[in-house]
Amino acid sequence: MTFIHFFILIPILTAFFIPLIGKLAPKLHLGWPALFVPVILFGFFTAQIPAISAGETISGSVVWMQALDLYFSVYLDGLSLIFTLLITGIGSLVVLYSTFYLSKERESLSHFYAYLLLFMGAMLGVVLSDNLMVLYLFWELTSISSFLLIAFWFRRKKSRYGAQKSFLITVSGGISMLVGFIMLQVMSGTNSIQEIIAMRDSLQEHELFVPALILILLGAFTKSAQFPFHIWLPDAMEAPTPVSAYLHSATMVKAGLFLVARFTPVFGGEATWFWLVSGVGIFTMFWGSFSAVKQKDLKALLAYSTISQLGLIMSLFGLGSAALQGGASTESIIYTKAIFVALFHLVNHSTFKGALFMVVGIVDHEVGTRDIRKLGGLISLMPVTFTLAVISSFSMAGLPPFNGFLSKEMFFTAALNANNLTIFSMETWGLLFPIIAWVGSIFTFAYSMIIVFRTFLGPYRRERLEKTPHEAPIGMLISPIILCVLIILLFFMPNQLSHYLLSPAMNSILPTYQNTEGLIPKISAWHGFNLELFMTAGVVVFGAFLMKTFRFWNFVYDLFPEHRSIDRGYQWVLAKSESGSKRATDLYMTGFLRHYLYYIYGFLLLLVGGTLWLTGSIVIDPSDDVPVSLYEGIIVAVMAAAAIGILFTKSRLTATLLNGVLGYSIAVFFVLFRAPDLALTQLVVETVTTVLFLLCFYHLPEWSKEERSVKVRLPKMIISIGMGALTVLLALSVQGNKMFESISSYFEDSYELAGGRNIVNAILGDFRAFDTMLEVVVLFIAGIGVYTLIKLKAPKGEDDIERE
Amino acid sequence: MRENDVILQTVSKIAVFIILTFGVYLFLAGHHNPGGGFIGGLTLSSAFVLLYLSFDVETVNAGIPLDYKKVAALGVLIAVLTGMGSLLFGSSFLSQTFAYFDLPIFGKTELATVVLFESGVALGVIGVVVTIMISISEDV
Repeated sequence: MTFIHFFILIPILTAFFIPLIGKLAPKLHLGWPALFVPVILFGFFTAQIPAISAGETISGSVVWMQALDLYFSVYLDGLSLIFTLLITGIGSLVVLYSTFYLSKERESLSHFYAYLLLFMGAMLGVVLSDNLMVLYLFWELTSISSFLLIAFWFRRKKSRYGAQKSFLITVSGGISMLVGFIMLQVMSGTNSIQEIIAMRDSLQEHELFVPALILILLGAFTKSAQFPFHIWLPDAMEAPTPVSAYLHSATMVKAGLFLVARFTPVFGGEATWFWLVSGVGIFTMFWGSFSAVKQKDLKALLAYSTISQLGLIMSLFGLGSAALQGGASTESIIYTKAIFVALFHLVNHSTFKGALFMVVGIVDHEVGTRDIRKLGGLISLMPVTFTLAVISSFSMAGLPPFNGFLSKEMFFTAALNANNLTIFSMETWGLLFPIIAWVGSIFTFAYSMIIVFRTFLGPYRRERLEKTPHEAPIGMLISPIILCVLIILLFFMPNQLSHYLLSPAMNSILPTYQNTEGLIPKISAWHGFNLELFMTAGVVVFGAFLMKTFRFWNFVYDLFPEHRSIDRGYQWVLAKSESGSKRATDLYMTGFLRHYLYYIYGFLLLLVGGTLWLTGSIVIDPSDDVPVSLYEGIIVAVMAAAAIGILFTKSRLTATLLNGVLGYSIAVFFVLFRAPDLALTQLVVETVTTVLFLLCFYHLPEWSKEERSVKVRLPKMIISIGMGALTVLLALSVQGNKMFESISSYFEDSYELAGGRNIVNAILGDFRAFDTMLEVVVLFIAGIGVYTLIKLKAPKGEDDIERE
Repeated sequence: MRENDVILQTVSKIAVFIILTFGVYLFLAGHHNPGGGFIGGLTLSSAFVLLYLSFDVETVNAGIPLDYKKVAALGVLIAVLTGMGSLLFGSSFLSQTFAYFDLPIFGKTELATVVLFESGVALGVIGVVVTIMISISEDV
């Protein structure tokens, strides 16, 4: 156990105590105790910066299930450090913000903070895990907590829809990622990511290499909302704004980027990887910004903007991976710059997008609407919020003196560099990258301006608003102010960030280039009149033009009508799979108990009987058998008589009693064969079940012999005779086949091994205690099942909440 | 029509104690002789079933005010938690241990952790059987 293990577990454990604290201190806003966790963790992770930037890494491993190569192993390097700082840093600000955003009286805060902390722990687990399976576990846990948080206002239909959509998309991506992980494990023979990176060269020739690459990318694309999986992110905006700021812009959606960065040393240099990551990324960047401009809801606009920015970072990771093609060299080092920019922009995006979401949250909270058609003229009413909005959206637009300007210029440089690539047939297609990047940036500029101008400038129309707007309380302003200060600070001191955080991360993404000269470019705001600067100038001019002339060209959006969108495709698939599975289920769920028994026993007959038949296992070898004694003969006769008698009884009571005779006779057999434990169990079980039978029959109608036609009775007869014959054959064949040595001799040492002379109980409680434990759980589930079936009925007039 | 079950009630009053005692004996005997948590629990629950059969539910509930669903849940919880106990000592999940102690009255006695596990099993069985029984009988 290292301290990192504790850091992952602390938020998850605190999540369990949050409801308890809520009960103990009902007057306390739960945001305050929850705030401790990210703040303390942020402090601890900040303290790791000197060590990590000096090139150290911290790793530790705890055995979980050795046989499955499952270790709870953690690995803290430069890359994961950036993410942990984002998770805990933005986490602290968001929790602080939410303390003022969510009302203690109206919201179920214990749920909110429990989910939020659960997410925080899961996200830390994703970025710190070194074991593929553990990473997957935390990955899905982030999807689950995101689901719970989106559906926080679960009485709204749209919240439930958004939660389900995000869950379905991210989890199906997660499952494909799991398959990719398993392929990686098969190829490399290990679950440790660092070991896989170390044996990178030997993996590339494997036939599973490209399939694994594609499957893992599917996981990353769904999580990071890349085209065409981006459709879940706008619907996820139904979550409370602090959640959108935290999960759906700063952290969770960056998990996909993390995954791509983490696996760049493994897959980077492969053409498929290059084209998928950079192609999907750059198109998502364009499509997101293009769609953002037409949005009327501020949060939806931010959602599309997040999609676009994620695409930007994704494409940079893809372009940078070209540097790994053909090994590290001084010529190819120029392409690593893209990865550097990706990391830089990742940090910048978290600052300005986090601030923007908080600003929009403030507007929503204080004005009561997020619709830009109703908003306007808020500058005089909310001056602080306006300033924050200007800083963060100008940074997003790529204007100086904000950090977004630096990374946007460097993004252009990277895109222009990619134009010069001579591999992966970039000679033909390379020019597309700078062009799409530039066009996408124009739209980015346009929607950034829309946020500021439509909300805070223009005419103020009180009559369209629900309440009179006023400046937000200081508590809600602290977090965005801190982020905006960072935005400006990073513009003036980008190289400090680059030295302490980005360069160690570069070394972990590009291990082959480790500490090469020129790997870490110097970031400067002014680099002369070059093409990048002219591109930025063009972005400003065309962006402003586009915004001004929006109503003259918005017919373009009619080319992509609503009814032919990907969103509709998703709904169609969902509706079809629902109706399809209903049709399939209706086909065999007839409501007749006897049909269900046919399926069960028919299947058993086919499977077990078929296996017996096909493998030729029916061997009856009576040579070792003991001769049948008189007592045994008598009991068998009694049992046979009782069994046949059941068929001809007229009342349920007689049938039950005859069934009891069968059961007790079996108990007598156990006694004869010297199995006292079994005999005891059989006796007591028989007694209790007979009582239960009688109780049930009390509620049943008289036994009437209904249909007697051959058509109904024949299958019943075939199935029952078949099952009886199969059981007898199976029992006899078990005796006849000696496939391997019996393991019973091991259990005979139970007195030495488990301290008990009763072998049966030593097996139950000690050797195979896991079985027993699960059996108790199953019994419990069955009991609860019976209880709920009988007791829990919806009160009359009260409908199921699902059917609202 | 109210049935006359004086004989049943009188007999059960005595029989229940015999069954309960036997159930406890079976539970404790399980280590070396026939018995154990499952059988012990079943026998104990059959005593409860007998009580519920001969008297009505209200009378028994007034005498033994237990929520058997919670008994069952407690049993499952004990079974799982005792399994985790071994993790604290660095062994794998659900591993049991035993040792011999010199106790004042009993002399040299074997104490085994498996008893804790089995008590969870027994409570689980009692809780489930009685819960099912009461639910079905109350459903009129």
